[in-house]
Parts: sequence; structure tokens; C-alpha cells
Amino acid sequence: MNPFSFLTQMIRIAVPYLFAASGGVVAERAGIISLALEGFMLSGAFGATLGSYYSGNPWIGVLTGILGGLIFGMIHAIATIRYRADQVVVGIAINLLAVGVTRFFLKLAFASSSNSPRINGFAASQGAHGFDNPLLWIGLLTAPVLAFILYRTRYGLRVRAVGEHPDAAQSVGIPVAWVRYVAVALSGMLAALGGVYLALDQHQFTDQMTAGRGFIAVAAVIFGRWDPVRAALACLLFAAAETLQIQLQGNHIIPSQFVEMIPYILTIVALAGVVGRAVPPAALGKAEH
Amino acid sequence: MTAPQPDNNKTRPAILMTGIDKSFGPVRANRGASLEVLPGEIHALVGENGAGKSTLMRMLGGLMKPDAGKIEVNGKNVTGWSTNDAIAAGIGVVHQHFMLVPTLTVAENIVLGQEPVKSGMFDYARAVAEVEKLSKETGLAVSADKKVSELSVGEAQRVEILKTLFRGARILVLDEPTAVLSPPEVKELWTVLRRLRDSGGTIVLITHRLDEVMDLSDTITVMRAGQTIERLQTKSTSPPEIAKAMVGREVALMSRQGEEFGLNRQAPTAKEAAATESYSAALEVKDLVVIGSRKTRVVDGVSFSIQPGEIFGIAGVEGNGQTELIEAIAGLCKAQSGTVRVAGHDVSTSNVAERRAAGLAHIPEDRHRRGLILDYTVSDNLLLGLQDEFASRRGGVLDTDRIDENAKEQIQSFDIRPPTGALPARALSGGNQQKVVIAREMGHEFDVLLASQPTRGVDVGAIEFIHTRLREARAANKAVLLVSAELNEVLALADQVAVMYRGKFAVVMPAKDASEESLGEYMIGTRKESVA
Amino acid sequence: MTSRFREQLEEALFPPFVALLVALICGDLLIMSYGQPPATVYKLLLEGTWGNAYGFGQVLYKATTLTFTGLAVSLGIRAGLFNVGAESQLAAGGFLAALVGLGLSPSVPTVVGIPLCMIAAALGGGIVGAIPAFLRVKFGAHEVIVTIMLNFVVLAFLNWMIATHLHVPETLHTPDIHTGAIPRLSSIFPAFHGSAANFTILIALLAAFAVWFLLFRTRRGYELRAVGLQPDAAEYGGVNVRGVWFRALTWSGAVAGLGGINYVLGYKHYYEDGFAGGSGFLGIAVALVGRNHPLGVVLAALFFATLSQGGLAIHAFVPKQMVEVLQGVVIIAVAMSVPEVRAALRSARRPAAA
Repeated sequence: MNPFSFLTQMIRIAVPYLFAASGGVVAERAGIISLALEGFMLSGAFGATLGSYYSGNPWIGVLTGILGGLIFGMIHAIATIRYRADQVVVGIAINLLAVGVTRFFLKLAFASSSNSPRINGFAASQGAHGFDNPLLWIGLLTAPVLAFILYRTRYGLRVRAVGEHPDAAQSVGIPVAWVRYVAVALSGMLAALGGVYLALDQHQFTDQMTAGRGFIAVAAVIFGRWDPVRAALACLLFAAAETLQIQLQGNHIIPSQFVEMIPYILTIVALAGVVGRAVPPAALGKAEH
Repeated sequence: MTAPQPDNNKTRPAILMTGIDKSFGPVRANRGASLEVLPGEIHALVGENGAGKSTLMRMLGGLMKPDAGKIEVNGKNVTGWSTNDAIAAGIGVVHQHFMLVPTLTVAENIVLGQEPVKSGMFDYARAVAEVEKLSKETGLAVSADKKVSELSVGEAQRVEILKTLFRGARILVLDEPTAVLSPPEVKELWTVLRRLRDSGGTIVLITHRLDEVMDLSDTITVMRAGQTIERLQTKSTSPPEIAKAMVGREVALMSRQGEEFGLNRQAPTAKEAAATESYSAALEVKDLVVIGSRKTRVVDGVSFSIQPGEIFGIAGVEGNGQTELIEAIAGLCKAQSGTVRVAGHDVSTSNVAERRAAGLAHIPEDRHRRGLILDYTVSDNLLLGLQDEFASRRGGVLDTDRIDENAKEQIQSFDIRPPTGALPARALSGGNQQKVVIAREMGHEFDVLLASQPTRGVDVGAIEFIHTRLREARAANKAVLLVSAELNEVLALADQVAVMYRGKFAVVMPAKDASEESLGEYMIGTRKESVA
Repeated sequence: MTSRFREQLEEALFPPFVALLVALICGDLLIMSYGQPPATVYKLLLEGTWGNAYGFGQVLYKATTLTFTGLAVSLGIRAGLFNVGAESQLAAGGFLAALVGLGLSPSVPTVVGIPLCMIAAALGGGIVGAIPAFLRVKFGAHEVIVTIMLNFVVLAFLNWMIATHLHVPETLHTPDIHTGAIPRLSSIFPAFHGSAANFTILIALLAAFAVWFLLFRTRRGYELRAVGLQPDAAEYGGVNVRGVWFRALTWSGAVAGLGGINYVLGYKHYYEDGFAGGSGFLGIAVALVGRNHPLGVVLAALFFATLSQGGLAIHAFVPKQMVEVLQGVVIIAVAMSVPEVRAALRSARRPAAA
């Protein structure tokens, strides 16, 4: 195992997490619980597959993937903001819905229950180091860009205000609902990009291909205490553990199942406040006006 | 943003509200209320709790629309406008509960919604500079870069005021601003408000503290029960006159009943009671201290005792520690130190259920939060706190027959309407909801009854009913601790009267010596007596 | 009918009604996108589920597991807590039941074996449920995230146990369990031949009754619901709120765990990795549509089970994935309708002036 190959593999594994976790951060900072990252990712993966397949151009796939995430994001937003539906329930339902919808259209478009035909991605072939994939670079930039938006722009200030004290924001004339709609739409699109990367990297869509990555992203958001850069570091940490386990596969030092558990256990520990308190945005989940 | 500029037209009112009606369901918060505030003056809007002051100001601030009436600001008809309109027109409201985002800095909170921008980015440096400039101009000292969560209460309030000034407010409305301030902070606030007035701003101060009214205001409007009662010039009036206008209603009615029931009974003085305490006292509280959310002593070493067959009344404006005192005695909040004895048993470390078992009953001041489960039926609410008694020894199965019977009995003897136990408590009127609570608390064995604001939000007929019941408890040799913001209620019912001010008993005296006049100064804090 | 009863009925029935309506409309659209006539497809769906014994047996089987998970989630919600961990609690329950079943010697009579395995199942789920319970009470850690995370941890752990120690070669399941096996319905009702339906159904119905009795007829249930509705008032009423939270979440886990016996003891007679198959998450939907009431949960379980089985029945016409889409849509629609209905009824219920 050489350090370079470890690093490259770790980054390639981390990219979907980076995208999805950024999406999670922006929605939750605005006060909306974000459990639908898995569903957003899946919709992005499928949307990208459709776009790339029918056009032959991966960039079209990126656009259609983002569109997929936007659609599901808007469903989530309307249900939770306009109709004040329970955010946890809606998040879980979106995940179920995404699985169902992608399977349904997989059958309809490609007559298969398991996978789509091969599509064009960015890399010439699978394998290689992957740094010729522009999405990888975009993924790495997501966290710093989001941090910039959150802490240096007007919109970011308003998002933070809305997520902590929506009444105060409203009293100075900030359109709370609108800020949240935008945040959730952004989270849908960002998380979808994670799925887009997956699909284009693997050159096909497979049923339920996100395989729980969306929940690792949720763990990263919490473990990173709702800060974009810290959440990104958490993503890298989780990806590193995964890479370690893959590269040590033959050695059976730690069974793969236990490595899988690491992100989740770390998050539970963070919630229990054993390693410092993980305090969410004060208005998280309370979109009842 | 600059400090307010002097207004040109001195005779045209800055604020003119006439014939304002506003109802929330059956509750008429404002009935033909009116308000006239001239530019460049500090105007005090006074009244008891529930008089309708805050509601009136919310409509001025654009948070709600009046059902009827007219609102004019600087001569322009602005009835029914929005918060944004009000802010744009120069109205700034400083709420009682601060509208500040704790995780953001002072500067961020002040500029929120009108943030300065440089090449697309939020220009934080400029925000800080502008805030510091405004702070210097107005004399409101704040640290622009500090997180709001780290501010003292006085500082946070200054930030709230700066928020309004930053948006160009020339008419400032402050809702009970001194409720959370210490005396030196109050003095600081006065200086600020005077300076603002002198530079041409107009200020409306909602308060019930008459000492403040006398200190600071130029004119006064008194509200009572949703109506505007009087408009006074501070220079030519006095606290007793203001208090009488505030409280005026039904004084005659209450006194008459009081005399009928022998108000002039010879009750023991505080000292006498203390001498025979410990063994015969139904309730004994010693040196009780409760620390509040802002790390201050909201109950600051209170001691008293109540004999069986006595009603002990605690008068005083709300917010002086009465709530916490009752909750600490009931076991709902933790006391820092001190002891509580019920019928001779030390319950200082007991939980709520144990105190109930020791003979304590409690009519809580907030029936919606504590006293009732609104989605439970009336029958089920009549069990709250007593559920053990209606369940079988083994397995805890509820005896539905006994529950129904109990409900029927209580509904009848306390005249609860509609007379069916199957309705959710939510569907009852305020008075009947309170009757449910009282039926439950007084309908079974107790030695000490804590009655906190027992007739709040209750119609006149129910008030009489409740008072009769309290007197019956006394006649049955029970002890009653009555806390009420309605001075008349305390005077009509109590044998001993204490006035609570800022966590302590300012005075304890027999009810026969008590009156609005004699208690008034204790209530507004201008007089204190050392209590044994 | 008193007006109060009618209002409660309205609030209870409206969301499920919305669910049905939305399912029909959405189903229409999806079916038509496949060029099929909706009416025919629906008829086929009903025939394939309630119209024949085998199909109905499958519906009953699936509804049984969903009843357990639905009861579990609704129990938590009644106490004001959201248990998203039914999936892993179900699996853990099945696992422990399997261990006990395998561990018991064949000479142990069934009458003893089954209850022992049931207790083990409840214990398994209860242990998993106690973890978020403890973390909530001691540290204030929100149970939603803890249970979601714990799902992954527990399922990964169970997977490891099976894959490394307990599996029959070439499979991911344990050896067959004989003591503690629950007979199929088909053993008494031959019409159900071939379906997975087994007498766990009776246990599920009993569990529903028990939960109903607990919630509405006992002191503990009174206190539990009070905590869920208005914790401040419950505290005032002498209730130990934290104690209630702990017990509610733990018992919620136990009920979900008990559901594991449906597959492990009643159907396959072994524990198989992944047998939960989403029933834990669907339990949330069942609780939601069933308005957190045991009777509603049973009916909602039947509804979702019918959808699921129906999807298989119409497979020739429309892919069964349509059912999964419908599930998601129904859940969101019902979740959206609940606050609206409550708000509408509340403003209609304003008390008259005294």
C-alpha cells in the first residue's frame, strides 16, 4: 500500500460524501432536517444516467442529474415548509420514493430491474487515478465554497439567522420560507451531484447504487457540527477508514463490517456529548410558524 | 444610519390610534382603545396584565391588523400595515423577549435584513464600523464584534434598541424594558431614552412600574380591560391616581363581599405566627432561594408560614418571583436552598408526587401549560396528579366506572359547562377550564392549597364561584397560599398579605391593615420593610 | 354521535382517506404511463390479494410484521419520541429468537419453546431500543439520529455474526430451528397452502390489543400519553417524564423485536441476514397512516401489505416498482395532510364565549 494510491482512493471515495454533506449542511443550517440526502443522491445518479445515455455527453448528464435532485428537493421543501409535514417522515419517504421512482423508470427506459446500459462518464475508463474527472475537483471545492457563502454572503447570514431564530429573522423582514426553499433546493442539487459522480464514475446506474452513502453524509454533518469545512473533514475521515479497510482486505485485521460502523458510532458518540457537545441549529426541525 | 432628527410639526401627533377593536376568538383584547402620542415626548402606556397594551402596540408595529379603528402615524393613515411598512416608516419595536440570534454577533444582528454589501459579499467590516458609529452617536455602548449569547441583559437590550435606530426609527416602542434589568442598568436606559427624546425621537414605554412612569415619562395613557381609561400629564398626577385608574373596576363589589365574610377577623400578625410555627403550621417556608435562568436570585430568601384555616395572600406585580416561589414549593423547580414543610413533613427534597401525597394541592398559574392536557377529555383531566388513586393496586388498570363517577360528581358540584366529561378540555371556555383544575385540586383531601392566579382569564360569574370555594377551604381549616396580580382579589380573600418585590417580601401585614394605598409603595418598590 | 367523537373521528380518518385517494390517483397515472387501463389493473390487484387464499395469506403475513413495527413506532410517538430504529430492532429480535431456538434442545416442548423464543425476540429488540433511550434520558441526545445511526451499526454487526460464525455454507442464514417453530396457517387451513402466513398473526393481534389496553386502560398508559401530549402538565401531575421516555423507547424496541418471530419462527425457520427488508421503515408509514392507534395500525398494516403483495400480482402489466413509488407518495401525502387537518379542526373548535 503506497501513500499516493491510498490518498487517491480516499478522495475518490470521499467525493460523493463531500457533495451530499454540503447539501445537508446548508439545509440544516436553515432549520430543515435533512434525512433525504440518500434519495437526492439516487435521483441525481439516475438523472445523470438518463442524460448521459440519451445525449452521449456526460455534461448533459450532470445537468439532468442536478435537475433530478432539484425535483426531489422541491417535493421535500413544499411538503415541509408549505404544509409543515413532519420533516423526519418526509425525509424517509423521499428516500423510499427515490428508490421506487428510479426503479420504475429504470424498467420503463431500459427494461431492466438492476442496471442501465453503459453510459459515458468523464474518465476514459474505470480505474486510473480519477483526477481527470472534473467532478472530483468540483467536489473538493464544494465545502470551501459553501463555507464562503455561509459566512461571507448576505444569503448565508440569513440562512444562519433563520436556522437559529426564525422569529427574529422574520421581525426584521426576512422572508423565512423563501430562504428555506432555496436552502432545500440547494441541498437537493448538491446531494444529487454526489450521485451524478457515482453514476458517471461507474459508467452505469445500478439499483440502489448509493448504498447508504447519504446516511454517512448525515453522520458527517452532525460529526462536523454543521460546519461545511468540518463536515468535509469528517467525510475525509470516514473515507479514509473505508479506504484502509479496502486496502487491508486480505489482512483481516478488522472485519469490514466493523469499519462500516465507524462513522455511525462516531456520530452517536458526538451526540452524547462525550467528545464535546454537538449542538444543532436551534430552530432545526421546528418549522411550525 | 443617523440618530433621529427633530420633527417639524409639534402639534400633529406622532401616533394617533382611535377606536381600536381587536378580538382573539371570544377574548376582546382591545375595545375602542385609543392612544395619542405627540412627537418628541416619552409616553408611558400603563395598565395591568391583560389590559391590552401589548396588543395595541403590536398593531402599531404591523404585526397584526385591527378589527376596527384607525391608526395614523405622522398624520398618515396607516391602518393595517405590515411590519416592513412600519419599519420603513420609522417605527421601531423593542420586544419584551429579545429578537436576537444568539449565535450571531452584535453587528450581524443589527444589520440583518439590510446588510451592507461590497462586490457581492457581505461587508462585515463596514457593518461593524456603522454599528460603532451609531453606538457612539446615541451613547448606547455595545461591542459590535461580540456574540449575542455572551452579552449581559442590559447590553442585549441596547443592541435591540440600536437595531431599530439602524433602520431609521424615530418612534420607539419599548415593551416592559425594565422587567429584566438591574437598578443600575435601568438608570443607564433612562439616560439613553432621555437622550433619544432630546434629539427629537418619540418614545412609547409600556410598563406597569409606576416609579418608572413618574421618573421618566412626559405623558401617560392608562388602559384597563382593553379600553383606554385616561390620559394624564405626568407632572400633574401621582402614583395613587394612576393606580386607581389602572385597577378601578369592581373595587366596590369585592369589598362588599369581603365585609360579608368577615374580613375584619382577627388574624395573627406575622410575628405571632412565627412564634407558634413549626408544629402547628400547615405550610412553612424558610429561607427559600431559587436561581433563575439569568443566574439571578429570583426568589431571594423568602420565609413565612401559614396556619390551618388561613389564607395567606401574596400581592405584587407579576415577574417579581411569585411564579418561581410557587413552583419551588410545589416541587416543579429546584430550590437552591431553604426548606419547605407541609403539615409538619419536610418535603424540601421530595418530588411532586410525594408533596401531593403529603397534602399539597396546586392550582397552577398557567392552566394550558401545567394545569390541563388540552387534548385529554375533562374526565381524564380530573385525574391528573391523582391517577394512582383511580388505578387498581396491581397492574395499574384504570377503573373507568370510578373515573366516570368522579367526573360526574365534580362537574356537578363545580358547575362545569358543558356538563359532559367526554369533551376535550380544549373545547371549554377559560372559566370552565379553570373550574376543572379547581375541581380536581380542591375536590379531594388536601392540607395546603397553592392557588396561583386562580381567576386569570375567567369570567365574572366564575370568579365569584372560585372565591367562594377558597373561603370554604379556609372555613374547613385548610391553609391557602394565594398569589395574585389582582390586588383586589388578595385584599378580599386574604387574612395575611405579603407584597413580593424582586424576590423578597417587601412587607407582611394583616389584611385588615392593608389597602391599595398602604401596599402601593411596597408594590412599586419605593418602600421596603425588613421582614422577620 | 357526540360532536367530540365526530371531531376525533374526522381527525383520525381524514389522513388515511387522503392516503387512499392519493394512492388511487398516483396509481392511475403510473399505470397509464405503461399503456394499461387502470381499472383492469386495480381489479387484478384486488383479485391477487384479497381475492384468493394464497394472495390473502401473503397479505396477512406481510401485515403481521408491519403490525409489530407499526405498533412499535406508534408507541414511541405517543410518548413524544420518534423511533426510527425499528428496522434493526426487528432484526435483533429475530436474531436472538433464532439463537435461543437453536440453543434449545429438541426435547423441549413447543409450548415452552415458543414463549422462550418470543421473550428472546422482545429482549433483543428491547436492548437495541434501550440504547437510544438511555442516551436521550442521560445526555439529551435526539433519538431520531441515534436510532438511524444505530440501525447501521446493529445490522452490520448482525451481518458479521452470520457471515463469520453462524451461517450455513453458501447462504447467509442460520441452520434450521425446530424447537420454537411456529406452525403455518396452512397446517390448519389448507386453503392457505404455499403462503407464508402463520400463527404469529394471533400474536400480532394480541400485541395490538395489549398496546391498546396499556395506552388507554392503565395508569402507565395515561401517563405515557400525557408525556407525549404535554410534558409540562405531566410533570405537574407527578409523572417522572424521563422514566416514561426510557420505558417507552425500550418497550417500543421490544415490540419491534417481537415482530422478528414472524419470519424467523413462522416462515423460514431460520434467521437470514437482511430479512427485515424495510419493514422497520415502513412501520413509520404504518404508524402515520394508522394515526398511532393500535386499531389504525392494524388496518394500515393491511393496507401497505395489500399494496406490496398487489404489486407482485400485477407484475405482468405494470412493474411492481410502481408499488414502491405509491408507498412513498402516500406517506408524503399523509404527512402533509396531518398538520392541515389538525389546524383546520382546531380553528373550527374554538370555544364559544362563556
